[in-house]
Formats: sequence, C-alpha cells, structure tokens
Amino acid sequence: MDISNYLYLSVILFTIGATGVLVRRNAIVIFMCIELMLNAANLALVTFSRVAGNLEGQVASFFTMVVAACEVVVGLAIIVTIYRSRRSASVDDASLLKS
Amino acid sequence: MRTSSLLVYLIALPLFSSAFLLLLGRIADKWGHILATLITASTFVIGAYEFMKMQGQAGESRAVTQKLFEWISVGSLKVNASLLLDQLSICFVLLITGVGTLIHIYSIAYMSHDKDRRRFFAFLNLFIAAMLLLVLGDSYLNLYIGWEGVGLASYLLIGFWNHNPTYAVASKKAFVANRVGDVGLSLAIMICFAQFGTVSFEGVKAGAHGASSAAIAGIGAMLLLAACGKSAQFPLQSWLGDAMAGPTPVSALIHAATMVTAGVYLISRSNFIFDASSTARLLVVIVGAITLLFGAIIGTAKDDIKKALAASTMSQIGYMILATGLGPVGYAFAILHLLTHGFFKAGMFLGAGSVMHGMDDEVNMRKYGGLAKLMPITAVTFGLGYLAILGVPPFAGFYSKDKIIEVAFNAGGLKGILLGGAALLGAAITAFYMTRVMVMTFIGARRWKAGSHPHESPILMTLPMILLAFGSVASGFLLSNGSALVHWLEPVVNSQNVEEGKPLMPALVVSLLALGVVVIGAAFAIIKYRTVSDVAPENVSEFTKAARKDLYQDILNDRLLVAPGTLLTAGLVRADDRVIDGGVRFVGSFLGATSDALRKVQNGFVRSYALLMLAGLVITVIAVWVIGA
Amino acid sequence: MNILSVVTLFPFLGVLALALMPKTNTYQIKIVALGTSVVTMVLSFVLAIQYKSPASGFAFVTSHAWVSSFHINYALGIDGLALVLILLTTVLVPIVVLGGWNESEGGRWSVKTFYMLILVLETFMIGVFAATDVFLFYVIFEAMLVPVYFLIGGFGTGERAAAALKFLLYSLFGGLLMLAAVIGIYIISAQQVIGSFDVSALSHLSIDHTTQNWLFLGFFIAFAIKAPLWPFHTWLPGAAKAATPGTSILLLGVLDKVGTYGMIRFCLTLFPDATKTFAPYIIVLSVISVIYGAFLAIGQKNINSLIAFTSISHFGFITLGIFAYTSQGLTGATLYMVNHGFSTAALFLVGGWMVSRRKSAAIEDFGGLQRVTPIMAWMFFIAGLSALALPGLSSFVSEFLVLLGTFTRYPVAAIIGTLGIVLAALYVLILVQRSLHGPLKSGNESMSDLNLREKIAIAPVIAALVILGFYPKPAIHVINPSTTSTMSQMNVSDPHVLAGK
Repeated sequence: MDISNYLYLSVILFTIGATGVLVRRNAIVIFMCIELMLNAANLALVTFSRVAGNLEGQVASFFTMVVAACEVVVGLAIIVTIYRSRRSASVDDASLLKS
Repeated sequence: MRTSSLLVYLIALPLFSSAFLLLLGRIADKWGHILATLITASTFVIGAYEFMKMQGQAGESRAVTQKLFEWISVGSLKVNASLLLDQLSICFVLLITGVGTLIHIYSIAYMSHDKDRRRFFAFLNLFIAAMLLLVLGDSYLNLYIGWEGVGLASYLLIGFWNHNPTYAVASKKAFVANRVGDVGLSLAIMICFAQFGTVSFEGVKAGAHGASSAAIAGIGAMLLLAACGKSAQFPLQSWLGDAMAGPTPVSALIHAATMVTAGVYLISRSNFIFDASSTARLLVVIVGAITLLFGAIIGTAKDDIKKALAASTMSQIGYMILATGLGPVGYAFAILHLLTHGFFKAGMFLGAGSVMHGMDDEVNMRKYGGLAKLMPITAVTFGLGYLAILGVPPFAGFYSKDKIIEVAFNAGGLKGILLGGAALLGAAITAFYMTRVMVMTFIGARRWKAGSHPHESPILMTLPMILLAFGSVASGFLLSNGSALVHWLEPVVNSQNVEEGKPLMPALVVSLLALGVVVIGAAFAIIKYRTVSDVAPENVSEFTKAARKDLYQDILNDRLLVAPGTLLTAGLVRADDRVIDGGVRFVGSFLGATSDALRKVQNGFVRSYALLMLAGLVITVIAVWVIGA
Repeated sequence: MNILSVVTLFPFLGVLALALMPKTNTYQIKIVALGTSVVTMVLSFVLAIQYKSPASGFAFVTSHAWVSSFHINYALGIDGLALVLILLTTVLVPIVVLGGWNESEGGRWSVKTFYMLILVLETFMIGVFAATDVFLFYVIFEAMLVPVYFLIGGFGTGERAAAALKFLLYSLFGGLLMLAAVIGIYIISAQQVIGSFDVSALSHLSIDHTTQNWLFLGFFIAFAIKAPLWPFHTWLPGAAKAATPGTSILLLGVLDKVGTYGMIRFCLTLFPDATKTFAPYIIVLSVISVIYGAFLAIGQKNINSLIAFTSISHFGFITLGIFAYTSQGLTGATLYMVNHGFSTAALFLVGGWMVSRRKSAAIEDFGGLQRVTPIMAWMFFIAGLSALALPGLSSFVSEFLVLLGTFTRYPVAAIIGTLGIVLAALYVLILVQRSLHGPLKSGNESMSDLNLREKIAIAPVIAALVILGFYPKPAIHVINPSTTSTMSQMNVSDPHVLAGK
C-alpha cells in the first residue's frame, strides 16, 4: 500500500512541532509542540509497522507514549515550580544557566 | 724506560698536605706553615735525588715513568694516570720545588701578621702539587689536569684577600682569561685524538710525521692559544697586571717563576708538533715578538713596583716564546732563559715584597727613594737581579738573553732581522724601565710619606733573597758552560741533528750590540729619573698615557667583549621571557581565548539550544544519507 | 622476589608505613622516611655488587603479565645505563631527606604528605629506569609528574601553583605525543611479528623511514621537554624557583635524566635510522642549549633560576654526547648524567641552606659569606667548581668525553661547545664573587654556618664529586658495555681515526 501520504503527514506534523518549539516562548506551548513531534514519530512508527506486517513498530509507539507521559509529568512540575518563584512561564526568562 | 715509585710523592705530598691544612682549620694555625714548608722541601729533595740518578744514566735512558692507575678507557681512548720525568721535566721540577721552598720560607715571615696564614700555605701547597702534575703528566690530558689546577690555585691565591672587591674581580679575570686558553688546549687534545687516536706525548710524537699539515698547524695554533692564556701572552695578557693583587710571594712564585712559564713548557714539550709546521712556528714567533715589546712598553710607565715587574715578566716570557718558535735549537735557549729568569725575577719580586714590608705595604715607587742605605741586603739582591735581567755579563741573563737574540737574528732573511731587531729593542726598553725601577726605589731623594720607617726585613725573608741572588749571578754561567743545558735537553727536543746555518753575524757582535743598547737604555733612564716627583705628572706624551693604560688593553677588552657580552646576556634574558616562554604562554592564552569565545554558545536560552540540537540532527541525517549513497 | 623489584617497591612500603602513622609527630615521620630511603640505598648497593654486565639484553630480568590482551607486562631489567641512574636516585633521596630536614614545614599540607610524596616519587624514579616494557615505562613516566606537581604546588614558595601547573601541562603534552608513538610502535609490532611492548623485541623490528621518523619524533619531543632541551626549557626555571631545594634536586638531578635516558634507551635503540636523520638538527639544538643556557645563567638575579639555567646548559652537553653516537660521546653522556646529578645536588643543597638562612633567593642580598660562614662558602665554591667542570672533579671527565666524542663526528659542534667552558667559568665565578667574596653585605651578619646534619648531608656528595673525578673507572666500566650494545643495535661504530692523509 502507498504509505507516502502517511509519511508526508508525519513529516509535516514533525516540522510544525519543531518550529513551534523554536518559535514559541510559552513553556506550556513548547511542551504541546514536543507532544506533537512525538506523535508524529508515533505515526511514522505505526505506518511502518503496517507495511512490515509485524507489531514491532506499534510496540515502539507504546514506548514513545510512555516516555512522553513521564516527560510531561516531570516537565510540568518543573514549569509550575519555576512559575511559582518567577511569575513567568516564558522560557527566555529562565536563562540563568548561561556561562 | 726506567720506572720509579717516587714520582707520585712529588704530587701526593703537597696535595695531601694542602687538603690536610684546609680540613683541620684553626687547629693547625700554629704549625701549618712549618708543615707546608717541610713538605715542599721534601719534594725538592726527591727531585734532587731523581736528578742525581738521571745524571748517572746515558742520554737516551734518562727518562723515568710511573703508572698509577687506569684512568679513562672508553672505546679507543685509553688514558692512564701516569707520570713521566725526563730531562725537560726535571728542569721544571727542580725550579718549582727549589724556588717554591725558598718562597715558602719567605712567606713564613711575610705573612706572619695575617690570621689566615695557614690557608695561604695550603693554597701554596696546592699550587706546587698542581704545577708538578702539569710538568710530570705523560699525556696532554694529564697535563691538562695540572694546567687547570694551577689556574685554580692562582685564582685562590690572587683572591686571597677577597673581602676587597677589586682583588676578587682580579682573580676572576685571571681565571676567565686562563679559561680562554684552556679552550685551545681542549681543542688541541681533541684534534690529537681524532688524528692519532691517542693523547699521550709518545703517541702524538709517533704520529706527527704522517699527519696532514692542516691538522698539525691546527694543533700547534691551539697549543699556542693555551700558552697565551697561561703565560699572559698577547692577546690574553690583560690578567697579569691585575694578578698583582695577590700577596707578593704569590706573584714571585706563580706569576714570575712557574705558572706563567707553563706555556713555554707546553710548547717545548710539543716540539714534535711545532717542528712539523712552519705556520705554527710563525704564529709563535709573532706572538712572542709582539708580547716582548708590549710588556716592555707598558713597563716603562708603571709606578706600582709590582705591576712594573709583572710587565717585565710578560716581556721576558715573550722572549722565551719567541725562542721556542725558532726551531729545535730555540727550545733549549728558551728553557735556559726560563731558568735564569726564575731566579732573578723571583728574587726581584721577593725584593719588592721586602721593600713593601719595610714601607708599610706601599707599592707606589714615587713614594720610595733612597732605600739602599736602610735596606742593604734587599738593595744588593735586587740589584744583582737587575743586572741579570739587563743581560750584563757575567750575570745569568747575559747568557740566556743574548743567545735568544742571536738565534733570532740567525732565523734568516727579513724574518730574522725583524725578530732580532725586536729582541734588541726589547732589551733596550727593558734596560730603561728596570733602571727606572732601581733608581726610583733605591737611589735618589727620599719621597716617603709621613711616618715611614723603612727597615731591613727579617732573616727568613732575606735568606731566600740571598739564595736567589746567587742564582741570578751564577745560573747562567753554570747552565751554559760547555752548552750543558743544550746537550742535556737534546734527547727531548731533538736538536742534535740540526744543521748549523751560517750565522748572520758573529756571536760577539750580537753580544756587543746587546750590551750597547742596554747601556743606552740604562743611561737614558738614569738621566731622566735623576729627580722624581712623588705624584705622577699629568702632562706627559700620548705614548706615556697609553702605556699607563696598558696600551688600552682593558678598554679594548671591555669594548670588544664585556660590553657586547652584557648586552647579549640581557637581550637573551628578555628574549627567553618574551619570545620562547611567550610562545608557551601563547598556547595557554590562545586556548583560553578560544574557550572564552566558545563559551558564549552557552547563552542560557533554551530555544537556541533546541535550534542547535535540530541543526545537529539535520546534519547527521544528511551525512548518513550522503555516505550511505 | 627479584632484588630489582625489591629495590623498586621498597620505598612504597615506606609510604604505607607513613600512611598508618599519625601526622602530628613530625620527627618520627622524618626518621621513618630517612630510614626507608637509606635501606633502599643499601639494597641498591647490594644490587650493584651483584651486577655483572649481561652479554646482551638486561640483567635481573623479571616479568609478570599485566594486561595480557595487549601483551603489556610488568617487566623489569637493567643494564649499565640503568644501574648507574638507579644508584644516583637511591643515593640522592636520603641526602635530600637529610639535607632538607625542615623544608616540609609550612607547606599547604602536612609533613607526612610531603614524605609520602617523596617516597612514592622514589619508587617511580627507580621503576622508570628499570622498566623494560615500553607501556610500563610510559605509565610510570606520566605518573611521576603527579607527586612532583603536588610537591612544587603544595610545599614550594613564590609562584608555586603556576609553576607546578606549567610543569605538569608542558610535560603532559609531551607525554601525549609519546603515547601516540607508543601505540604506533605496538601496532607495527603487531603487524610484523606479534604485538609486544618489550623493548628488546621492539628493537628488532624493521620500520620504514617515514614511520620511523614520526615515531622517533613522538618519543623525542617528550624526552626533549623532560630533559630539557632548548627550546622546550621554559618550564624549568620557574619550577626551580618555586620548588623546595630537595624537590629541585630530585627534579633536576633525577627526573630530567629520565628524558636523556629515554633518548638512549628508546630513540637510539628503537629508531636508529631516524636518529641518524635527525642527529644533525638535534646537535644544533644541543649546542644552542649549551651556549644559551650559559648566557642566561650569567644574567639571572635569582640563585635558583641561575642553577636551573646552568642545568639547561649541562643538559645540552648530555644530548650533544648522545646524538654524536660515538662510544666516547655515549659513555660520556651517561657519566655526565650521574655527575650532574651530584653537582646539581651540591648546588641546590648549599644554595637552599643559604636561601633559608637569608630568607631571600636574590643574589644581590648575599655578599661576603666567606667571612661569616666559611664552611658553607667552601661547599658552595666546590659545587660551583664542579659546575664549571674543573679537572680533578667528576664533571670534567664526562664533559671532556662528550666533547671529544662529538669532535670525532661533528667537529664544529664540539668547537662551539668547548667555548661553553669559558661561559661556565663566568657564570660560576660571578655568582661566587657576588655571594661569597667582597665586603660583608648587611643582612648577612647573623648567618650561621652549617650544622652537623647539614655537614653529613653534603659530605657524600662532595666525596662523590672528587672520587669520581680521580677514579671514574668503576662507573665507566659499568657504562661501557651498555654503550657498546646501543651502538651495535644502531649498527654504527666510532669514526675511524684519521691516521695521516
């Protein structure tokens, strides 16, 4: 079957997500874009799983989802803590680790 | 060749005595000088004994050797610590130990007020040991040990009163000038080894026939350089005047009779080298001629009695060096003059010390005058030395100096006339300045400073002077009678087969000429110094001014060597810091600067980090795609 | 256990003993350190007595597998060259401990740390000379830098931290180049026969010229930095100025010899063709070292950096002798290493006592010491005489052999090198005149002369200088076979004596 459409969709989603990470300033929006990139990768994995006819891609996508979930948990906790002390959710303001 | 087991004691006794006196310290103050003098006297006894034994042998088998131990053996270089006593070295051994003993006796009284007298005698013994090693070594390398050893002893003795900064500088100057000469001796030894595979006198003598002329000339030139350093010949002569900073017995022993004659010994010992190279001989006579005039000229303007005698020594050694460059016959006459000079010059130095002792250590002759009545023994012994150095018959110098002038003239052609003329001129100037010394010191008006009461010196000082005066009187005749010394030295210097060329003028004419110029020189001095001012006059001729400044030798040395050397040193210190270490520091600062620049990537902005990650990912993917394709 | 291993590891036992002791009783610590080093010295004498020149290869060989997959072994073995350097080390360490009795106080760390560092350093110094496995040599070569770094940085004076860091980084840089070469030669041996780090096996490889040149350079630059050879010398004066005298003695007297030892053991033996290619250039660098070091010594105002520059000049002579690759040159250079060790020890010991009494290392602060402290002045003078290679002292024999050996192959270099003896007279006598002669300078009046401990420390050094000057035969006898073996491995012989045109 012709998987190119699914792959184009995956690439477009990934690019949108990447651009969003680079351009947007709000930390929560950046997280949503990261989720977008992860799910674009999931789409690609499932597509190839379908093409290959085995379930390995789908199992990998489960791994990705779990990783995304953990990452969101930890990341949101950090953002909330930073927001509590700095009153700002902009990633540009959190630049104290510069050398 | 005969062997002897006594030779080592000639060196070991004074050496151990020296170490003993230095290590014991103040404990030995009461008797140290007695021990040192006895040791030196014992070396004279050993030397005299060996001399007796030598006389009983036939000419070829007079030499004696003693091997001590294997010293260095690397590859084809094999040098043993061995000693050789032959007809040439015995002359020196007797001179060194004999005059040395007399000077030790003299020093007991001369240094009696010095609290460091024991140390003085330790250094004197060290000198005796080193000088004996110099003349007894059987190879150039063994000679070199003694050569540098006398340099060390000279340094220690010139700087004996080194709390005075001028004296400390003088001793350093002497050592460094000697060292320049030592470069010559080192290079000569290296060339010998590269050419002949050996550095022993026997080995080099055997190989000298077949070697290339360039190598022989090189060895000869380097040996001459060494001799110039040790014997204060031009161009390394500037240290001798300053060396008078040492106590007078030192000047008498080292800088008149022995160490400064080491150069003459070296050239005579290497006669097989110089006989094989006319270039080397030419260099030798040029150096000898220049120095004999140089020393004589600067001697005319010296008011310091010791410096005048030092200049005279420089000039007389010039005569000896000149003689050694005049072929096989010259060596014996050089040695003859060396021996007679040892007597009269040491005697005159001891006389000068006696005068200084009586005049409260004053050295300026302008503050002397009329001392003959108050110091009769000194005046007579000094006067006999004076007559000897002038070359008045029948005193010692007449036999030795005239012979040298004769051989110079007989060298043939223009060279002979120039050399002979220079020697004659030197004799005239010598007569002039030595008469000046005599007149200023012993005769004429008394120009003493207030509070001086000159007196004759004690017996321990006058006895050696008297004995040396005997030498001034008789040594010339005794050694030349029947060409005794010439025949004695023949087996060593190979002068027996030399063709006697037609002499330029008969010996009698030479002697009369010499006597004539001497009388003129002496008369000139007597007339000029009828009255002497007690302060050196200011308006004198340019010539005199130049002679006072040692013909500008120190200024030249300063401009040519010291000042550029100091600049170079300072420049190199700066360059080492700025350039070479600067290069090293630059590596460090470059790395620091680079890392400073790169650090700016860590700007703390998350989004730029994300951009970098994305860029890296893209590059990797493209790279994999390209390489895979 | 092989006696060589015992000698190497015995100081480490001392380290362990010191580690167990409390740091408060400094006297006990010093005694234990002194005792350990003296026992090591005695053991090394036993080693020397039992030593017989091996027909080929090394004596007292021992070998245990270490990293067997790369054929790296803990392999020890000595020949004449290594033996004399090991003896130098074991004799100098007790003298350093005894002479520098008080120099460990007042540092950043405890006296206990100081002596542990010294003993660890001694183990490494003996090990580096005894190692016959190239990789083991490399490891110890680099490891040696660590205790020295701490000794200079923790117990020195002045700009000690900067000097220690410069020394460490400069030497590590060289070590990095050497590591590349070590790995390179292993790979070649793996390609040709069987991978090995054993120096005897590696000397039988045949390596093509270009590779040989690169490998040679890798080893040589590391050793040139260590030696030090001009222009890689600039780490030394700062380190000598900052370090305590005892550390300086070990640094210049032994550690720097590792560089020149390595040149003979590795550069000449493993890469003979590259040696012959590079020798003329290295000879030029050596001559520059001799003259340059002497000029800079004359211009120094600090007594320690002056001694450091005289060492740079002397090391120029050593490398000159090595790269002339004649039997007189090589034996002379090896003997020079031993003699220079004692000469430098004497200079730094007495210099250190002068500095600690006057509380200043500037030469202009001294003057007229001959009047006040005659014994110390005499010892300094004799040390200076050995630095200018006065005949009768040991350094003359070695310097002369080096110059003679160089003359037969590179006469111009020998002539310029001989001029160095005039400069040596200048730098020694100027120093002696300024500090010992002349009127007594203010600040020097209350200096005390040497005490008994100091006299006991300096006596063997002076004795070695004098005895080896008159009777160098035992040392030369031991060194000659290793020179012959090096030359035969290089397939060279002495230039023919030119017997007539």
